[in-house]
Amino acid sequence: MKSEFTQPIGKISNINGQCIPLIGNDIDTDRIIPARFLKCVNFDLLGESVFEDDRKTLKGRHPFDIEENKNASILIVNSNFGCGSSREHAPQALMRWGIKAIIGESFADIFYSNCIAIGIPCFTLPKKSIEEMQNYCDNQFLFLEIDLKKSLAKSKDLKINLEIKESSKKMFLSGEWDATSTLLENEDSIENKFTQLPYIKFNTNLL
Amino acid sequence: MSQNTLFDKVWDLHKVASLPGGSDQVFIGLHLIHEVTSPQAFGALKDKNLKVKFPERTVATVDHIVPTDNQSRPFKDNLAEQMIETLEKNCLEHNIRFFNIGSGNQGIVHVVAPELGLTQPGMTIACGDSHTSTHGAFGSIAFGIGTSQVRDVLATQTIAMNKLKVRQIWCEKKLSKGVFAKDLVLHIINELGVKAGVGYAYEFTGPAIAELSMEERMTICNMSIEGGARCGYINPDEKTYSYIKNKFCAPKNEHWDKAITWWESLKSDENSIYDDVIKLDASKVEPTVTWGITPGQSISINQQIPTLDDLSPNDKLVAKEAYEYMSFKPGQYIKDTPVDVCFIGSCTNGRISDLRVAAKVLKNKKVSKNVKAFVVPGSEKVATEAKQEGLDQIFKDSGFQWREPGCSMCLAMNSDKLIGNQVSASSSNRNFKGRQGSPSGRTLLMSPAMVAAAAINGKVSDVREFIN
Repeated sequence: MKSEFTQPIGKISNINGQCIPLIGNDIDTDRIIPARFLKCVNFDLLGESVFEDDRKTLKGRHPFDIEENKNASILIVNSNFGCGSSREHAPQALMRWGIKAIIGESFADIFYSNCIAIGIPCFTLPKKSIEEMQNYCDNQFLFLEIDLKKSLAKSKDLKINLEIKESSKKMFLSGEWDATSTLLENEDSIENKFTQLPYIKFNTNLL
Repeated sequence: MSQNTLFDKVWDLHKVASLPGGSDQVFIGLHLIHEVTSPQAFGALKDKNLKVKFPERTVATVDHIVPTDNQSRPFKDNLAEQMIETLEKNCLEHNIRFFNIGSGNQGIVHVVAPELGLTQPGMTIACGDSHTSTHGAFGSIAFGIGTSQVRDVLATQTIAMNKLKVRQIWCEKKLSKGVFAKDLVLHIINELGVKAGVGYAYEFTGPAIAELSMEERMTICNMSIEGGARCGYINPDEKTYSYIKNKFCAPKNEHWDKAITWWESLKSDENSIYDDVIKLDASKVEPTVTWGITPGQSISINQQIPTLDDLSPNDKLVAKEAYEYMSFKPGQYIKDTPVDVCFIGSCTNGRISDLRVAAKVLKNKKVSKNVKAFVVPGSEKVATEAKQEGLDQIFKDSGFQWREPGCSMCLAMNSDKLIGNQVSASSSNRNFKGRQGSPSGRTLLMSPAMVAAAAINGKVSDVREFIN
């Protein structure tokens, strides 16, 4: 894990880095960060425990333990990555290990929202392209320069058109992925909505 | 794009604004919090110098980390104690209602909110827990969120989200005897796959769903997320209203009739448009058991574990991983697989009706001597009700351990864990690698009745042989 972790802030438009392939479909958030590491009141130390059990099982052969990958920051995954638990601890652990962007065949919904909310762009590519990239990484380093505005990734000999939801792309380019302040701008509309909802007027004991 | 479904109506009603990026700002009518995913959100509020906007719209309980053997404070586990103390402090500081241990209303957040009548049709409900989809059983739009979104709900009572598509899952006919809601939802996930629901809300409907009790409907909606759908719901009906009526937070007096009129208007119209429709025959579902490492890898009790040839190219990769991790051979029968641990509980199947059906199987029977079996009621209310009915005694007489309420070995954040590569028959929702606390532990998901049958025989069994 890199020691110089800094949380992303503001506009995100370019991500440059080495790719790290992680092969497998349906890799769930329990595997990304096992539940015992959720016993914490902040996210600071999660980076060291990312994929803890998978790494122990593979005894040094897990991509996150391979020396050549230690400075990698772009994760290449297969389908339905991040399924299962909503724990934001999963992308937080990946980010604290050094991951800044993820390219995959597909992502689970809550994991994807969590990645946006903490500033990790997730791009999609067809299964075949992902497999090609993963194979490429087996034989040589793959450094990518990702231009979010053009949804384009370039390396010395590759040019890849990435896909990303238009709304997510706009949020990263404008900095609105850090949503709280954007949401607060509509404070009056929130108040109005609150008074309009039928159930707010039901006399109940708690609400 | 879907039109006039309950999902469309509730979404549109709660939409505050269209955000510049293209997503919607959605008001959250009820926010539920617990000790695991909220502390960092409160921390972020402090960093940003923000207050909780509508403290009365957030309700807290403690469930994930609580011990189920001895709940006296301080907890033996220092980290668990620190987490409950942090929640207590945050709730006190921000004036949030907290149902603590001993309040009579503590328990798994998705068991507690419906019991209190907090969960009502037409609400948007969010919680930092993926099984928030449970509340959709009442015709609410409920979904799990991460900690940053918990922060946003606390600060603004809204979140930024893209509207989901809606898939109707029409369940024809009805379940046969000895087949339960858990079997049906495992069957649905197996048919559609674990990622089919990505980008969708699932509307469960049809005669088989209408037939289900509210608690069974919660089991169905609870596991929507295991099929990839972060939201699952069922249109409200008379069963919904009679479940809510007279609950602590149910609308009272003249508001009750108004509420029903409004709730009725929310149902998906007959001419609703769905993004997709799937039809299933519920009468064909049999007691179902998972054999692999995703909730989609399930088979009927009398079936063989699929071989690679039986599977689509996309499913082969995970199947190979599953054979190896579970030590199963392709083509092997799941029935008679020896089990070491039997667990009844969780937000999927830890409610009173789940305990009743398991106790019925266990009555006058003994748990196999090779099995450690324990039951964890979903809430203090469930525990009290079970004791009043004498269910705790039936469990204890059979050899089950009777525990205190919490999430327990569904995710093993407390001391209830598998050891080594033990095999567990579990009424919970996830059979992921390592999910039940041991990095090599193996989980077989099934209905609570099937767990009871497995406990008696010490191996995976067909519960229909016990109830006929």
